Amino acid sequence: MITVASFGRLRPLIGVVALIVLWMLIHATRAVDPVLLPSPAETWNALIIGLTEGTLGADFAKTVVRTLWSFGIAVVIAVPLGVVLGASQKFYESIEFAIDFFRSTPASAMFPLFLVIFGVGEATKIAVAAFGAALVIMFNVAYGVMGARKQRQLAARVMGAPRWRVLTDVTLLESMPQVFVGMRSGVSLALVIIIVAEMFIGSTDGLGQRVMNAQMIFDMPDMYVAIIASGALGYAMNLLFIITEKRFVHWGGK
Amino acid sequence: MKIMPDHYSMGPPASEVKAPGTAWPHLPKGTHITIRGLTKTFDGAPVYDNFDLNIPKGKIVSIFGPNGCGKSTLINMISGILPYDSGQILFDGKEARETTLGYVFQNYREAIFPWMRAIDNIRYPLQYLRLSKGEAQARLDRLVESFEVQFDLNLYPYQLSGGQQQLVSIMRALVVEPEVLFLDEPFSALDYEMVMFLRGRLQKVLTERQVTTLLVSHDLDEAVLLADEVLLLTKRPTSVAERLMFDAPRPRTADTSVQPQFIQVKSRALEIFQREVRR
Repeated sequence: MITVASFGRLRPLIGVVALIVLWMLIHATRAVDPVLLPSPAETWNALIIGLTEGTLGADFAKTVVRTLWSFGIAVVIAVPLGVVLGASQKFYESIEFAIDFFRSTPASAMFPLFLVIFGVGEATKIAVAAFGAALVIMFNVAYGVMGARKQRQLAARVMGAPRWRVLTDVTLLESMPQVFVGMRSGVSLALVIIIVAEMFIGSTDGLGQRVMNAQMIFDMPDMYVAIIASGALGYAMNLLFIITEKRFVHWGGK
Repeated sequence: MKIMPDHYSMGPPASEVKAPGTAWPHLPKGTHITIRGLTKTFDGAPVYDNFDLNIPKGKIVSIFGPNGCGKSTLINMISGILPYDSGQILFDGKEARETTLGYVFQNYREAIFPWMRAIDNIRYPLQYLRLSKGEAQARLDRLVESFEVQFDLNLYPYQLSGGQQQLVSIMRALVVEPEVLFLDEPFSALDYEMVMFLRGRLQKVLTERQVTTLLVSHDLDEAVLLADEVLLLTKRPTSVAERLMFDAPRPRTADTSVQPQFIQVKSRALEIFQREVRR
């Protein structure tokens, strides 16, 4: 028996169910050509086949690995730079415009340049995604450090903490919520860039390549499966970050 | 040399100090903090102009004055967290950074470290004192005992009530056994029951330890109740309007505030305050 309380927890699923019902309805009434829009059941079959007999799992894993590599590189470069940037008002002011400019430049516009530098291969995809993610992360870390409440820093100073200890003990921890915002946006952006790179930069695997391939050979069920898998990946990454943040920044928002 | 207008601001300019620890030749006995020629401007408007003050050792001094006269500014400059334009502030001849200080902010939420457990918050400043592990722990234990803490110090600050958080903040300031304790409106964000409780605990510990204490308060009752001496300030540019002594026995409770001696000092303070506000 479904009680009112447990129904409340299921409420987020209403949208999903409604979407599938709508999908079935459109398919059943043939409002859209069934070749372009296969039924949910066909798509589900394609998913199962892709996972059991096909290469969906391998493509998924490939995209995850690329995204994590680019994100990892971005974090290693961007977090220390962001701290330096945020800790020094003068430094920040002197390079704010330059960084803001590159941040506003769509990372996909950098593909040709990175192709010239890194050649056609893994390195280019990862480098462009890392570039895009790094700028987002760096800015958020810098904002976090700059926006840290002054009073805790003063409290640490009056207790005798030297400057660098104020930074490590107070400012960095205080900027953590903003750092996580940056990391979450960074990993999402990295995934977007990796998918695009897999579509257009001579790729033989990955979810992006899978979407493109399925579309070219008109295998619509498999294309929808690849799209849904990309969506699931993005959602899972976001969720993972939210859970990590809740555990690590346990004081956030309290 | 400028002629000092107030009866207590005697002594040579700071430049004549020979060595740390050397007492001023004509200082009142038992002076702890000497302020000479303190000048501070905010956006071109002088808040303090050649301000002089002696603060006695081991006493609780309340600072009270009109809005915006710079009460917090004064203790922030003394404690070294706010730079000043010119002048000198010495603690027994030493500078602020050579002195062990405790500071309690009004806004405890933004002063304690939410990522640390309450006990680690209290312990935090001890690491800068170069004490042995045993001595540090002993100080912590002594303090927890004198405050008779009734709640679990292993909780995080956000799991505590406002009053408990401010108690943690006060303990963090006192664990280093500071030479001077600064209290910037420490109770103004708390409910009255908590205020009475904290005043009691704080007075007990301060009386035990004889810490020089500077209390900024916007509540005249509180300023008088807790003080050995009430320092009344004028409007900007700020100078000392009057210093009133209050030597009622401790611990002072809510009952103290209905006794004639208290009322007399408070009325006098109010009179001076109103005179200064109108001026």
